[in-house]
Amino acid sequence: MSERRLNIALVVGLIGFPLWAHWLDEPFLITLATRAVILALAGVGLNIALGLGGMVSLGHAAFFGLGGYSMGILASHAQTFDPIMEWPLLIQGTKAMPVIWIVAAVGSGLGALAIGALSLRTSGVYFIMITLAFGQMFYYFAISWPAYGGEDGLSIYVRNGFPGLNTLVPVQFYGLCLTLLLGALALHWQIARSPFGLALNAARQSSARAQTVGIAPFRLRLTAFVVSGMVTGLAGALFADLNRFVSPVMFSWQTSGEILVFVILGGVARLFGPVVGAVLFIALEHVLGGLSDFWHIWLGALLLGIVLFAPGGVIGLIARRRG
Amino acid sequence: MTAILLVEQILNGVQFGVMLFLMAAGLTLVFGVMGLINLAHGSLYMVGAFAAAAVAGATGSFLLGLVASLAAAAAVGALVEMLVIRRLYDRDHLDQVLATFALILIFSEGTRWVFGSFPLYLNIPSWLSGPVTLPGGIQYPAYRLALIGVGLSVAAGLHLLISRTRLGVQIRAGAADRDMIAALGVDISRLYTVIFALGAALAGLAGALVGAIQSVQVGMGEPVLILAFVVIVIGGIGSIRGALVGAVLVGLTDTLGGILLPVAFGLVLDQSAAASAGSALATMLIYLLMAVVLIWRPTGLFGAGT
Repeated sequence: MSERRLNIALVVGLIGFPLWAHWLDEPFLITLATRAVILALAGVGLNIALGLGGMVSLGHAAFFGLGGYSMGILASHAQTFDPIMEWPLLIQGTKAMPVIWIVAAVGSGLGALAIGALSLRTSGVYFIMITLAFGQMFYYFAISWPAYGGEDGLSIYVRNGFPGLNTLVPVQFYGLCLTLLLGALALHWQIARSPFGLALNAARQSSARAQTVGIAPFRLRLTAFVVSGMVTGLAGALFADLNRFVSPVMFSWQTSGEILVFVILGGVARLFGPVVGAVLFIALEHVLGGLSDFWHIWLGALLLGIVLFAPGGVIGLIARRRG
Repeated sequence: MTAILLVEQILNGVQFGVMLFLMAAGLTLVFGVMGLINLAHGSLYMVGAFAAAAVAGATGSFLLGLVASLAAAAAVGALVEMLVIRRLYDRDHLDQVLATFALILIFSEGTRWVFGSFPLYLNIPSWLSGPVTLPGGIQYPAYRLALIGVGLSVAAGLHLLISRTRLGVQIRAGAADRDMIAALGVDISRLYTVIFALGAALAGLAGALVGAIQSVQVGMGEPVLILAFVVIVIGGIGSIRGALVGAVLVGLTDTLGGILLPVAFGLVLDQSAAASAGSALATMLIYLLMAVVLIWRPTGLFGAGT
């Protein structure tokens, strides 16, 4: 029960904090919170593959980046009024968030379908290394493909719009991101208790047993991997919109590592694990980063401590102590 | 495209390949025997390069620098194994990935703290700095030729170590059945430390050798680490022979792809489009190679199967 209470407290905090910051007139704090919410969304995406499906992907930056570049490419064409494609059909750029989100989710979903179909032929440590390598493939491609900025990345001058809202107001953009995060959490929760999620869980625990009762693990895992990639891709599009900038760094393996860190820091397979992880990560970055230029050392030490001594992550620690 | 240029590029590819082998050998040994996936292997490469640059800078001797790289990487490797890695053998791969990711953060920021953010330079010794004339009149840098020699000798040495010595027997037995060799009275934790330190020393050596042709800087290890992963996935995890074949294959594919693809695209596209499309595809080529190998043999060329 205490994990549920913690989750409720988190949702209240996620809604209350920006309102408080808005009241204090501290737009920087709202931007910081927006960053945490978007990164949490990326983590929730990974958690669908990792927590529910047991797939340790070290290449989710590929989907994060695909989402980011979907936004970058659409918006950069829209700001120069230069169509993306004229033949066989005319495709124009756009500055409308809903369209960008759909393109980002579909694009990263297709990427996840291709990477997943190849990588899921293997398992265990091969899977980790292969997803890592595919992520790097996108990274180097983004660096060496000059059409969209290459190594320098792409800048977007004005944040994209959402019908009926002014996305330039920090608290309104935050609201959009939080809505999507809560939607993704609901999706995770729904998947976990659906027949599909239960079968996926069975395949995670024992592939052989699942097969003997007529469950085909490959298709389940591939489906979960694609859904996971789509959610992370959506986060990528939001992240790009937050910074109004896309660069190959979004594809880098450090990004994959960080998304994985959010999930583990909070607690694998726990619904709110990535949320706790991302909020904690951003808070540490803000506090420790202010104290020392070398804050990654302390982050590393903390992470090492959690892995070695607190396997259930931060939620595991709190929930156990309260229980 | 002349024959001389092609031969030079093939030699470059082999040189790159044998350096990747030095990295991949340690990774594949550690995974084969201990079942551990070690992301921090790239940090040991960096430690070796920094130790070599610092000692060579202080003493003026490149060879002393190489000795320092081996010693420092082996010592750091043994220390890390005893403090952290040892606790991870019984954990799942997720914990191993995360703990070694944490080690990368600590190593990278620690090195930045000690040496600063600017790259260090390690000079090629004067007796290896000129070109060598190969049969056929090809001029090739002596240092790169020496790298190929060192890499191949290490490969031969490792082969002898594993097939002919008592330690090699223990390593092979450890890979086959850990519990059994512990039951037969082999001090398994000491064996693990030795294997880890050996892999670390090879990574450190590679870092020092490559550091002399590139720059020595924080973060230099990770790109090489990922290529080494590609190598051992292609070669089959746990196989030293697979690591050598995979490394040379990756080295040649990467080097030749970068030269030949733009030329090949030039046959059908105009000059600038061919150059950009060719170089973009060339950067992806080794990953495509890996995908093809995995579709054909999911456990790699020399893998035993999972």
